[in-house]
Amino acid sequence: MTETELRVSKIQNGTVLDHLTAGEALHVLAMLGIDGSGGETVSLGMNVPSDRLGRKDVVKVEGRELSDSEAEVLSLIAPEATVNIVRDYDVVEKRRVERPEEVSGVLTCPNSECITNAGEPADPTFAVLDDGVRCEYCGEIVRDDITAHLGDGPQSV
Amino acid sequence: MQQDHLLTAKQLSRADIEAVLERAAEFDGDPDAARERHAGELLALCFFEPSTRTKMSFETAAKRLGAGVVDMGSVDDSSVKKGESLADTARVVEGYADGIVLRHPRQGSAKLASEHVDVPVVNAGDGAGHHPSQTLLDLYTIREHAGLDDLSIGIVGDLKYGRTVHSLAHALTNFDARQHFVSPESLRLPRSVRYDLHEAGAQVREHEDLEAVLPNVDVLYVTRIQRERFPDDDEYEAVAGEYRLTPELLAEHASDDLAVMHPLPRVDEIAPEVDDTEYATYFEQAHNGVPVRMALLDSLL
Repeated sequence: MTETELRVSKIQNGTVLDHLTAGEALHVLAMLGIDGSGGETVSLGMNVPSDRLGRKDVVKVEGRELSDSEAEVLSLIAPEATVNIVRDYDVVEKRRVERPEEVSGVLTCPNSECITNAGEPADPTFAVLDDGVRCEYCGEIVRDDITAHLGDGPQSV
Repeated sequence: MQQDHLLTAKQLSRADIEAVLERAAEFDGDPDAARERHAGELLALCFFEPSTRTKMSFETAAKRLGAGVVDMGSVDDSSVKKGESLADTARVVEGYADGIVLRHPRQGSAKLASEHVDVPVVNAGDGAGHHPSQTLLDLYTIREHAGLDDLSIGIVGDLKYGRTVHSLAHALTNFDARQHFVSPESLRLPRSVRYDLHEAGAQVREHEDLEAVLPNVDVLYVTRIQRERFPDDDEYEAVAGEYRLTPELLAEHASDDLAVMHPLPRVDEIAPEVDDTEYATYFEQAHNGVPVRMALLDSLL
């Protein structure tokens, strides 16, 4: 039994997000729009020892399977993450996250003069660069602290 | 041009640019030949910010092509004042016209409008973002005076908020052009444009001293420090008047065949006495707006 499993109990059905960048678990939940209001049981471990990463975060969400598009969004702040889909206590699918070409509706543009910040029916859309993201409307590039620009509400890609 | 809209200069290939410039040269040589080409069509002018040259030259271009023009008028006289969204305005105007020329203070506004309509949208300036139709007439003028390849160009002034600068810099990456950017530290090119120039492998140098650049350029593209783009007056005052071109400065440092360009309006960055010198190219540049915009509209409508 690993140290992770000692700290966070197993789930019957749902998703285990493993190898999250240490300290990002709460941001991951925010990015996925999981705030407890949906009634899901959520467990998380932060700064858990990891052979691969030194320290990592782990999130377990009972009763919800993460979609491929949600996993892509996750890659923006946790590029080493693995997504484990659990059914009846068994991991039936395990995959590494892959960076998408663009994300939409997840982030808000930090440029106050961008049309996406003007109350218009525009879904903020960002191209994913090697080292950041870029607003498809105004061209603003965000490299540092992407999670500071998370939008409100459930996200999708 | 194989495009539905003209939103940024980044979307323009060398072939796109050359096709528009060639057509513009034809119209320039014989404006009457195009008189009925777009008879019966209507162009909508939606200017949410003030404009003289861009708006009038689009109107002139449309009329010289035989098309009519419908003008939204000033924002104060429109439903925008009642809180109407740009998306709604665009959808309504789409029902009236065969193309929309849009100027708006927000960056990305033309892209947004283009997503809500099926008629061509021309970005005539989106805040501090882009102004690609200005770039086409700038390139036309540069081609006339210095050629677009083996070009050395100095671009001076408000590089941070200057949409004409951003679009021109993008377009010049299609050509063998060395771009010298001259500005105070606080008005250097924004990160997004810098990124694109780097990705395009552009030949770029940045300077603060105009005198050192003057001897080495074929074209000097001067821009106004735009008070309206600054968050506060103190920041504006700190850099206003940083560069001022005079006949004396040019005579001392510039080559004799330097072309001085400016998208206009100017404030005090080019002394009026320069107008009477061989360097002054900016009024010719403004006049070129008509044949170039005729060519652009001809390709989009």
